[in-house]
Amino acid sequence: MSGSVLFDAPGPSAIRRSRILSIVFAVVAVVSLALAAYQLWLGGAFYQDRWDIFLQPATWIGARGLLVGLGTTLSIAGIAAAGALVLGVILSILRNALSPWVRIPVTVVLEFFRGMPVLLMMLFIFIVFSTGAYWAVVWALIVYNGAIIGEALRAGMKSLPKGQRESGLAIGLTPLRTTLAIELPQAFRIMLPIILAQFIVLLKDTSLGYIVGSPELIRIGRQLVDFYDRQGGPYALSMFFVMLAIYLAINLTLSWLVRVLARRLQRPRRGGGNLDGSATEAIQLPTQTIRQLQDPQAEITRIRGAGVGDGGGG
Amino acid sequence: MQALLENGPLWLQGMLATLLLTGATTLIGLPIGILLAGMRVSPVAALRVVATVWTEVARNTPLTLVFFFTAFVLPKLGIILDFQIGAILALTYYTSAFFAEAVRSGINSVPMGQAEASRSIGLGFGQTMTLVVLPQAFRSVLPPLINVIIALVKNTSVAMGFFVFVLVSVAQRLSNVYGDQALEIFVGIAFSYLLITVPLGQLVDHLERKWSVQR
Repeated sequence: MSGSVLFDAPGPSAIRRSRILSIVFAVVAVVSLALAAYQLWLGGAFYQDRWDIFLQPATWIGARGLLVGLGTTLSIAGIAAAGALVLGVILSILRNALSPWVRIPVTVVLEFFRGMPVLLMMLFIFIVFSTGAYWAVVWALIVYNGAIIGEALRAGMKSLPKGQRESGLAIGLTPLRTTLAIELPQAFRIMLPIILAQFIVLLKDTSLGYIVGSPELIRIGRQLVDFYDRQGGPYALSMFFVMLAIYLAINLTLSWLVRVLARRLQRPRRGGGNLDGSATEAIQLPTQTIRQLQDPQAEITRIRGAGVGDGGGG
Repeated sequence: MQALLENGPLWLQGMLATLLLTGATTLIGLPIGILLAGMRVSPVAALRVVATVWTEVARNTPLTLVFFFTAFVLPKLGIILDFQIGAILALTYYTSAFFAEAVRSGINSVPMGQAEASRSIGLGFGQTMTLVVLPQAFRSVLPPLINVIIALVKNTSVAMGFFVFVLVSVAQRLSNVYGDQALEIFVGIAFSYLLITVPLGQLVDHLERKWSVQR
């Protein structure tokens, strides 16, 4: 926290004051949570008949069970992530193309794709190409996230020292091979946290499939709630908490991984070394890029630039 | 294009609904976001914990699930809201976390040396904050804040799945009627979104160029 330098080191009375404030606020927070829980309890939210479906195997592994929905969610995310990565690499090369006849149309199309909601693209693919909901979601996520990853890779390549490209050209590589063999691998390494953070956004966005009608987690949950409601049990609240727990478990694990990775990437690379045996220095990145690495998910807005902000739908 | 042109009022209705959701969410969500960011840098531990939990949970929950809560769970708890109000509620909760992160990263982007320098020439806490840190923080906060609003414009589309009529709904409804013109309809609606987001993006570029602090 930058706070320490903003004011004098707190003396005993200031420390006491902030500790008292802290305790008061904690009590207020806990009491209001408890009150909310009490209200729910009065409403019967904790009765067994609001939770018993989760003990039945059919809720989880049936043909229309939550695990099937989770499987759909994860498989959409997996296929789309792989596709977006491939597309991103291709797009980052095309946007760096020397010929303006390639570069400019690609740029315009990308800006167009990044500026519209993913949901609109899903609906479009669903209605015009009639691929079925599953593939409509997959394709829309590939195109949208491919555009963003392409942009991230391009930014990564731009942040490399000029000598990296020059050395490739100097030893006689073509511009394309210089990009493939020298610039892209380094850009990928630099941008890995950002790309992973984008995969979290992608995973959240798979839930837009709910609206198009793909049988992903939230749609399955909704169907289960509707089904049991007809038999007289209100399960909406408990279902919400179960789905929330599933998403949080996956996404928080992923964001933790991103943070660990970002921290590791800031250290100089091991195993390298100069000819005289001393360690190589880490590539000096512009402050902007370093900030992105420190908080990839929050800073991803910057990379996406105009037309795209943080946190897609989902 | 025929279909869109013939249905001008419908398009306008979608456009206004999207702008309304965006405006209302920004008006309510931005103060909450600033409050959360303030809590996260405060010396009071309990405030920090609450703000951190709020932002982490909100950022890692799919927006669709938040909408699920306002549209299907709240009525079961006896809280029956207009769908549009529910949408504003869902978007506000979700977006406040992103506002908070944008503000916080702006505050953190002011280098320690700036505060150290102002302390060393004898400025107090109030002067350090108001004369040195906050002006610089404001400059680097505004572009990411606008980026969050741009994302918000696109996120309003999720409300379509929860009974609110927005711009994407226009595309869906018209393409059901004029199936042969689906391509034009979708391109038209996509451009309608760009009509809102591109000027905002230009503003971000402009501010970044004009305001970027040389370091």
